[in-house]
Amino acid sequence: MNKFLSAFIMILLSGLPVNAELIIHEVKSKGGITAWLVSDNSIPIISFDIAFKGGASTELDDKLGATYLMAGLLEEGAGNMDATAFSLAAEELATSLSFNSSRERISISAEFLKETTNQSIALLKAAITQPAFNDAAFERTKAQVLSIISRNQTDPRKIASNAFNKIAFESHPYGRPYQGTANTISSLTQDDMFEAHRQNLTKDRLFVSVVGDITADELLIILDDLFGGLPEKGALFPNVVNFKALGGNTIIDFDTTQSTALWGHSGISQNDPDFFAAFVMNHILGGGSFTSRLTDEVREKRGLTYGVYSYIANMDYANFYGGSVSSANDRIEEALDVIKEEWARMANSGVTEEELIAAKKYITGSYPLRFDGNGQIAGILTYSQTNDFPINYPQNRNSYVEAVTKKDIARVANRILKAEDIHFVVVGSPTGLVATE
Amino acid sequence: MKYFYVAIFFLCSSYSASLAIGEVSTFTLKNGMDIIVIEDHRAPIVTHMVWYKVGSADEPPGKSGIAHYLEHLLFKGTENLKTGEFSKIVAENGGSENAFTSYDYTGYFQRVAADRLNLMMEIESDRMQNLRLTIEDILPERGVIIEERNSRTENNPNSLFSEHRSALMYQNHPYGVPVIGWMHEIEKLTREDAIDFYERYYAPNNAILIVAGDVEPQAVLDLAQKHYGIRIASKKIVKRVRPQEPPKRAAIHTIYEDPRVRQPYIIREYLAENRKPGDQLEAAALTIFAHLLGGSGKTSFLGKRLQLDEKIALNVSAWHSATSYDPNKFGLYVVPVPDVSLQVVEDALDLALDNFFEVGIDQDHLKRIKTQIKASEIFALDNQEGIARAYGTALTSGLSVNDVKEWPNILAAVSAEDIMIAAGKVLNPKSSVTGWIRGPQEIVE
Repeated sequence: MNKFLSAFIMILLSGLPVNAELIIHEVKSKGGITAWLVSDNSIPIISFDIAFKGGASTELDDKLGATYLMAGLLEEGAGNMDATAFSLAAEELATSLSFNSSRERISISAEFLKETTNQSIALLKAAITQPAFNDAAFERTKAQVLSIISRNQTDPRKIASNAFNKIAFESHPYGRPYQGTANTISSLTQDDMFEAHRQNLTKDRLFVSVVGDITADELLIILDDLFGGLPEKGALFPNVVNFKALGGNTIIDFDTTQSTALWGHSGISQNDPDFFAAFVMNHILGGGSFTSRLTDEVREKRGLTYGVYSYIANMDYANFYGGSVSSANDRIEEALDVIKEEWARMANSGVTEEELIAAKKYITGSYPLRFDGNGQIAGILTYSQTNDFPINYPQNRNSYVEAVTKKDIARVANRILKAEDIHFVVVGSPTGLVATE
Repeated sequence: MKYFYVAIFFLCSSYSASLAIGEVSTFTLKNGMDIIVIEDHRAPIVTHMVWYKVGSADEPPGKSGIAHYLEHLLFKGTENLKTGEFSKIVAENGGSENAFTSYDYTGYFQRVAADRLNLMMEIESDRMQNLRLTIEDILPERGVIIEERNSRTENNPNSLFSEHRSALMYQNHPYGVPVIGWMHEIEKLTREDAIDFYERYYAPNNAILIVAGDVEPQAVLDLAQKHYGIRIASKKIVKRVRPQEPPKRAAIHTIYEDPRVRQPYIIREYLAENRKPGDQLEAAALTIFAHLLGGSGKTSFLGKRLQLDEKIALNVSAWHSATSYDPNKFGLYVVPVPDVSLQVVEDALDLALDNFFEVGIDQDHLKRIKTQIKASEIFALDNQEGIARAYGTALTSGLSVNDVKEWPNILAAVSAEDIMIAAGKVLNPKSSVTGWIRGPQEIVE
């Protein structure tokens, strides 16, 4: 065999209590395409998870939504196949292909039976390299996107997140709605689709993960076949941006019984030495389990909400610390007050030893459970690659968590949690809350 | 897309059975508790579920939402565990957990390292019969479910439209009442209501234990005997008999207007046969009929006609809710393109359905669907929790393990004639509810 085996790492997910064996190969094709591979022949199926960085964040303001529309069109005909012929081909193979895009990614996944590998890869290749963007499909998909944008205008969560992004990132690409606006989508042409395709599906932003009944040798040939013809370089990536919103409230009037709130202030980078301390701290504060402080105080003790969460958001060019909650219009003010109190309590006094031990047990113990199914594992590998994690990250991740101390958490909580800096965006008819200018 | 999701869900859950990796073993404890073990030794992980054969359709009149409220309350204290301790134990053992309520079942599950199964059974068995509800627990939790209804339903005109249509479809059967409950009844649920429901329905002879993952069947049986075997069978458990629908005599048409609706659409549902023990052919034919009609926008009968040829629809889909205790629905969904009215798409839909019976079944399409059914059995092996859910849903819907194993074979054997017969029966206008949803219309004098 040849030079492709640049890394071969056996990963024992050695957090308590599960030891799951996962062997991740990094393979590099003759044409220079890298992929992470887990070969597992226990079921005769193969999953591909492919990401192109950039997504909508590389678009010009007047082409907003072009990437989203383009990605949606990748399954609407390719080569000499129209949309129906393309779908028929996939159905005949029982192959699932999915094409999605977001603020900073185009994500493509494929799942197929091993016995259909050649035909499935040919179909995937046609979609990636020779999309048709023909008239009928273009007009139809455009109308579907306009319908989605129109629906978003009365969806409280969408209203809140669009407003939040704009306040947080202003004129930076992250401040824009990645699906576009009615105006920009209406003005897009088929030429814009070819251009968005040319600028986004390029080798300089490609990440590939493969899991299933396939060997490294088999994959190497496929990698060059699938991606060898893509252009080397694409659109410029955006600049780094700081979180811009100041502490305060934005209220967007909307006639409904329950107010939806998002909040945030500046965050912490994944490269920060205290990142894992912050990660464990957030789990205790509001990280989405039934045992977090926010869930206990806002939901369990007071019954103010069905769900309250906080999260550390790490995008490619920005970080922030955010959260979300929904409460009846006459209870949302109390919910936000409790959240601010919990924010300040954590900043001032950190966590108890008991909380830290419990959090570590959950975070390390549940990590192996995520490696559940081929498609899931492929997704985790792509996430690791796009975040520039080393290939042994899954092996070491739990040890970073174990190393966090109470003191680390107290330090990082005090540094990054600023109750007075929180900006809340509330959509609804909240009583009592006052908007800041 | 909500409705697209529904269609896909039933595809996956129906087809996942009869498995090579997923060797299935079954047992029954002396107290009547059924046990299903699904083996998957790829990773040392286990999914532990207890399903109760009780759901919102078993609630007493006027107490809508009590099944779901009780599901929330099972995370409170017992004789042996303080409030919140259950979730704490699961979390400290690296487990994830949740629970769910539907019309026909209530289920609780944890995913955890396989060597923690003993502990999960211990605490799950405890809350089967030892729940202790205090007033301090139950009042805030009622606030939580009110907010849950606000989030899921009141804040979403599509959900309001959906419960409105169900209320019209079921004139006598409790499927007409939403699982989460009507707001005016949720607000009045009490501790006594919860305890009455708990004592009436939570017993080993009304429960199914499903364990999927890296386990040996005999070891699961031993653990189950130790933990669940000590629970006492209830004499109150009887076969569920719910009020059934009277003969349907007239098509129902309804218009729901809500200022939040920016994209109008139409949904038509017909009362449809569900999978019955030992008799799943008609439901199988309807499941395939739904795929032929609206499985994909680009290759299905309605998709090709309304989206691609006539270009009057943005989206089209069809689905059949095959797995339920009592007859369920067969649904059609059409979203018009801008400037095409709901009346125009409804007329076009009716013409298309008539035309389906003239044209007959596209054999190539039927063949493709069968290929996908066969493949989905293999893909299903990659989803341990999915297999466990397919069994749970089927068994709480009155089906047997054998019915679950047979289902893919029955689907594969469905003939074009079976489909035409089932289609002709289900598309009876008199048993249909057609709903339009749109923004408020300006009054034109």
